[in-house]
Amino acid sequence: MSEHSGHTGHVVPVSIYVSVFLALMVGTALTTGVAYINLGRWNTVVALAIAVTKMLLVVLFFMHVKYATGLTRVVIICGFFWLGIMITLSCADELTRAWEINAVGWDGIIPFLVRLF
Amino acid sequence: MAAHAAHEHPPGFAHQFEDTAQQKEAGTLGMWAFLVTEILFFGGMFASYIIYRSLHLAGFIIGSHLLEVKFGATNTAVLICSSLTMALAIRSAQTGKGRGQIIWWLILTMILGTLFLFLKFTFEWRNDYVEHIVPSAYFGFQYRPEWGANAPYVQMFMCFYFFMTGLHALHMVVGLGILTVLVIMTARNKFSSEYYSPLEISGLYWHFVDIVWIFLFPLLYLIGGLYRQ
Repeated sequence: MSEHSGHTGHVVPVSIYVSVFLALMVGTALTTGVAYINLGRWNTVVALAIAVTKMLLVVLFFMHVKYATGLTRVVIICGFFWLGIMITLSCADELTRAWEINAVGWDGIIPFLVRLF
Repeated sequence: MAAHAAHEHPPGFAHQFEDTAQQKEAGTLGMWAFLVTEILFFGGMFASYIIYRSLHLAGFIIGSHLLEVKFGATNTAVLICSSLTMALAIRSAQTGKGRGQIIWWLILTMILGTLFLFLKFTFEWRNDYVEHIVPSAYFGFQYRPEWGANAPYVQMFMCFYFFMTGLHALHMVVGLGILTVLVIMTARNKFSSEYYSPLEISGLYWHFVDIVWIFLFPLLYLIGGLYRQ
């Protein structure tokens, strides 16, 4: 039995769980409050930045990825990388359909990119 | 390992694995492979949302104003609480606490999950039905004069809202089913500090559903354009 002990997974202290929980609650209050302040296009950036931070807290601590093996981490990173490919290529198609590169050059892409926010 | 007699194996240990650590990693890895498909499943909706919001922002802003932030924010808090109780249920198993404590945290998680669905169905969706802003001819979606030419895109926003939150709610219902099975398994003494993989990977699923909502809340309730009055 001795060789099996110590392999039952990392036990996260309750204090870390409670800290993460409080950080998530503060993040929720922050993202709600900031939405009522007009920051123009930066509202979208701030809201997504808070959402990504909250996601990382859940993934690293609640989902134990901070203590996971390299193999598991690679699979998770691949998943988000594929999500990035899907969103980027879909946007690259849709948003550049009205883009006349010969008429306006590369700067002409900026109005299309800004529309995302 | 071959010299091990059957009674020396930890409970729940399957013979094809070298040791419990390898078994645990295989379970976690397999669950994440499934969650990656879920990321891409929801990701398709998020990609569509990003593109149509960029094309029809004015309609999406009006649509976002139709939603009530107080319900969205409350439900976010409820789900975060349920993630904490789920994590504590797993920790109770890890640290060898009795089955009573594990069941207590699991049932608390189920109560919070049910509260989320209760708020969504009886307040939000019911109000949307009463106000005629549920898309589809059967629910009598009505254009309002003040929407003007943006009306079709307000309807499109409400389609995104119902499909995204509806799919999320469906995942919540499945999660409640999984939790019910876990409560039964715990009551039958299936788990110990040596073996609690079903709790661990079900926890991954529950936290994943929480993460989807963490993105749905700002995307639908807030950055649809709440701040651009």
